[in-house]
Amino acid sequence: MLKNKITQSLLLSAGLAFAATSLTATAAEVPAGVKLAKIQELVRGNGTEVASLDPQKTQGVPESHVIRDLLEGLVNQDANGVTIPGVAERWETTDNKVFTFYLRKDAKWSNGDAVTADDFVYSFQRAVDPATASPYAWYLDMTTMVNASDIIGGKKDKSTLGVRAIDANTFEVTLDSPVPYFVKMMGHTTVKPVHKATVEKFGDKWTKPENFVGNGAFVVKNWVVNERLELVRNEQYWDNAKTVLNKVTFLPIENQVADMNRFLSGEIDFTYEIPNEHFRRLQKEYPESVSIKGDLCTYYYNFNTHKPPFDDVRVRKAISYSIDRNIIANAILGQGQKPAYFLTPEIVAGFNPETPAYGKLTQKERNEKAKELLAEAGYNKSNPLEFNLLYNTSENHKKIAVAIASMWKKNLGVSVTLENQEWKTYIESKNQGDFEASRAGWCGDYNEASTFTSLMEGNNTTGGIHYKSAEYDKLTKDAVKATSEEKRTELYYAQEALLTKDMPIAPIYQYVKARLVSPYLGGYAINNAEDKLYSKDMYIIAE
Amino acid sequence: MLKFILKRILEAIPTMLVLITVSFFLMRFAPGSPFSSEKTLPPQVMANINAKYGLDKPVLEQYVTYLTNVIQGDLGPSFKYKDFTVNELVASALPVSAKIGAFAFVFALVFGVFVGTIAALNQNTWLDYSIMSTAMIGVVLPSFVLAPALIYLFSIDLGWFPAGGWLDGSLKYMVLPVLGMSMLYVATFARITRGSMIETMNSNFIRTARSKGLSFPYIVMKHALKPAMLPVVSYMGPAFVGIITGSVVIETIFGLPGIGKLFVNAAFNRDYSLVMGVTILIGFLFILFNAVVDILLAYVDPKIRY
Amino acid sequence: MLSKTAKVEALNNFSTNLEIEGRSLWQDARIRFMRNKAAMVSLFILFLITLSVIFVPMFSQYAFDDTDWYAMHAPPSVDHWFGTDSLGRDLFVRTFIGGRISMMVGVMGAFVAVLIGTLYGAASGFIGGKTDRVMMRILEILYAIPFMFLVIVLVTFFGRDIILIFVAIGAIAWLDMARIVRGQTLSLRGKEFIEAAHVCGVSKWGIITRHIVPNVLGIVAVYSTLLIPSMILTESFLSFLGLGVQEPMTSWGALLQEGAQTMELAIWQLGFPALFMVVTLFCFNYVGDGLRDALDPKDR
Repeated sequence: MLKNKITQSLLLSAGLAFAATSLTATAAEVPAGVKLAKIQELVRGNGTEVASLDPQKTQGVPESHVIRDLLEGLVNQDANGVTIPGVAERWETTDNKVFTFYLRKDAKWSNGDAVTADDFVYSFQRAVDPATASPYAWYLDMTTMVNASDIIGGKKDKSTLGVRAIDANTFEVTLDSPVPYFVKMMGHTTVKPVHKATVEKFGDKWTKPENFVGNGAFVVKNWVVNERLELVRNEQYWDNAKTVLNKVTFLPIENQVADMNRFLSGEIDFTYEIPNEHFRRLQKEYPESVSIKGDLCTYYYNFNTHKPPFDDVRVRKAISYSIDRNIIANAILGQGQKPAYFLTPEIVAGFNPETPAYGKLTQKERNEKAKELLAEAGYNKSNPLEFNLLYNTSENHKKIAVAIASMWKKNLGVSVTLENQEWKTYIESKNQGDFEASRAGWCGDYNEASTFTSLMEGNNTTGGIHYKSAEYDKLTKDAVKATSEEKRTELYYAQEALLTKDMPIAPIYQYVKARLVSPYLGGYAINNAEDKLYSKDMYIIAE
Repeated sequence: MLKFILKRILEAIPTMLVLITVSFFLMRFAPGSPFSSEKTLPPQVMANINAKYGLDKPVLEQYVTYLTNVIQGDLGPSFKYKDFTVNELVASALPVSAKIGAFAFVFALVFGVFVGTIAALNQNTWLDYSIMSTAMIGVVLPSFVLAPALIYLFSIDLGWFPAGGWLDGSLKYMVLPVLGMSMLYVATFARITRGSMIETMNSNFIRTARSKGLSFPYIVMKHALKPAMLPVVSYMGPAFVGIITGSVVIETIFGLPGIGKLFVNAAFNRDYSLVMGVTILIGFLFILFNAVVDILLAYVDPKIRY
Repeated sequence: MLSKTAKVEALNNFSTNLEIEGRSLWQDARIRFMRNKAAMVSLFILFLITLSVIFVPMFSQYAFDDTDWYAMHAPPSVDHWFGTDSLGRDLFVRTFIGGRISMMVGVMGAFVAVLIGTLYGAASGFIGGKTDRVMMRILEILYAIPFMFLVIVLVTFFGRDIILIFVAIGAIAWLDMARIVRGQTLSLRGKEFIEAAHVCGVSKWGIITRHIVPNVLGIVAVYSTLLIPSMILTESFLSFLGLGVQEPMTSWGALLQEGAQTMELAIWQLGFPALFMVVTLFCFNYVGDGLRDALDPKDR
């Protein structure tokens, strides 16, 4: 069901001629018969404190949750993850290289100015401008937008970017190569518009409550770092009439138990996560509040293929095979996580590959196979395999690492030394290649397989750097140039098959997003795979 | 007195300078940078970011620039919280920590000294044992156990207090954090007071006072308490700074926007300027409170000379 | 040497109006410590705990890292006396094995604090003047330096070594102690018996070790028992930064931290390690008090 909806969304947004012309209302749709509460105020747990409210300066998930409410991009998503019109009423393309967006005429900034194509030109240029130093500047480069790469590298002026305002309400983007999922990529935080006059007037301080001008359903009211961020209704928002909530508060609560406690004492309407240990208890005691949705993320272990013992593919395979993914997903996590045999999670739109051969075996058969491979590689009782497993400090990672290490020990007699490091040290160790095997994970930036497959490119992430396969990189290039959807998907499958063959990573499980959600909250988008939750779609039901 | 204060101020300058220098370079030796992340940023993007924050310059030059700015009172922009300067962040966090810290400190001091004295005066009775046993549990129970237990009992079960947040800093938001934070210090003050009080009560001048037939409470209040406070006063400096800055766990669990959390997050994020800013603040507070303690020591025991 | 000791002894006795001759300070202290029942019982219990953390894990039917997917979060039972943790590991054996590092760290932290903190504080307070001021400013700097970075840098340059845990813990353990001892010393410095020793030509070092230190031991004993739990907890923070014991090995601090996460659903995961810590602490406390009473030069 979920799957179909997302496939639909792919067809809609990536359709060749032009898509979605209807003026679907995007705001809260309160079903008939639901009685709304008198006080329409929402409190959301939001993980860590946001680094910035400036869309061109952020890169994290918590930031994108807030900015989604403050600023509206060309496109939005509906409750099922289908890309729907945002500021752009409709769009068209004939070759997937030149995209024309027709902006709605009633879109306004919170100070009353009209939202125009020039605002988007300014914002897109700002994202790649070296002076902005956006950590996500590469995102525009990934769309192959004309000159994006050169502008980031300082070789060309930002005015040469492949964007232009045909008139006040027509915005055109030109790409170097056809990217059929381009429209979908426009839902990302980095490509949200900012108000030029405000940014230029206040500089880095434009996001302060007293200066802020936005075009989303809410505006910033009050921001106390590490305590709360309060948004209130934007009266100027074009669809303001349909917004139900008057106030949204984001609470930065890093500690999952604290998050849960504040929900249970009635201070939060929905949490950011659920502490793993408490999941079963909560499910029993508060079944009406526990909510689980698919998530666009994969959890995996990286092998350093340039260093022994993992320069031997047989060792990599043996180690990967003997991870009992069912135990991890079902017994240890047990919130609906799925065993993973791919880098790309299967929830991704249009991604339905066949499970690789080893995935179809029983765990016992896999263990047998692993033992054979390890023996072939020259490891046995008198010469046991020993290696270090690096992970970043966290209860959850620790638990999984301990569990997997114990599986390896029991099944293969391998002795593993666990090594945890705090986040930045861990990143540094990985980048320096100072590890043998390490934990990794990734969540998609957009709902298309390339957001995952690109991770293993030779120059992209640690995983890629320590894999570096010319064959794989060639497949990536081919996929970008592919002329049809089927062809591209085939190439993604080929990449996944290559990963199964070379095993530079051991996929472990596919995430789910488990939350505590108040039964009095309406409009929570449980079917949105990318976890794009718009507060404007939500409402509080009377008790 | 004035001379003493003046001397302290003069001494503080080289102290702060050494502190800033050591911390600055220590931090740069640590692996990781403010902008490293899971997905390796393309070199050009990284170069742009480093250029914007001046991280492309030699470390020594960065150090000189930083020092020049600090002398002018500018702690620089935060590397992580890009919409704020370090001055703004510290200014918003300090009052919260100070308010909770002050309450917790006063509570710990008064209550700790009180029960410690009671225990000492009833040495080796059931009262002494029960007070000291409770204190011992207070020392052993870390705040990450105590705080969730308080929340579980008073917020979720009884619903008396909110489980976290600060809002305007009104009393109901303060009760649990202050309680959670001060338990360790109540216990510590009680232990120290008891030990010191017993010693004082055994000393000659108290014996003399008792042999003169003065009333017991009078002796305790008038003669014993002041000299017995000596180690308590010595401990006040570390305790106060500890309460104000070292309350990361409490601040995290209760979602308070204080200095402790700011500092630890900054360290984990390698937010260089913010780490330095808070370090400077802690150093300053420590110097200040040690000076206050030294003045208090001289008051408690007038024979003390420096 | 002997004559000097005797002289010092005499001075001590003079200053406290007592007249015991012949027995040395330490002999005397030992006899008095042996007479203290609470301290002796505590010492015995500590001895038992030490033995059991060494030997119990060796004879247990479970290994400390044996996972059991079918007995996760199992409450205490005949099979698992202390229950199991979130991965089905036996908590009985884990509690004992966790005691190894924690006892070591706790005692070590207290020892460093007593040794360095007392001498540093006593020297600073006794010598006074410029020396005192410089020594105290150094203390302030050490206090304010971000400890986390110190640990991270240590780990980066020297790798993960068990010795480093002690270096890191030792580095912070003595700071508060030095402040407290200095305060006491400042007050002692003005006392008659110190001045008398001074007049008799006892060296500064001699005065510090033979007169100042014994007189501050009371507060030192009390404070060092308070330090032990905080050192045990510091160890678990070091693990967080990648220093310290690594899973699947454990410590009381780590067990406590894990237990705190699940106190609503599996109180035994918190209760048993906490119980052991409390008992150990009580014992250290009584031993500390016993030592204090035994060493108190005023009280004989």
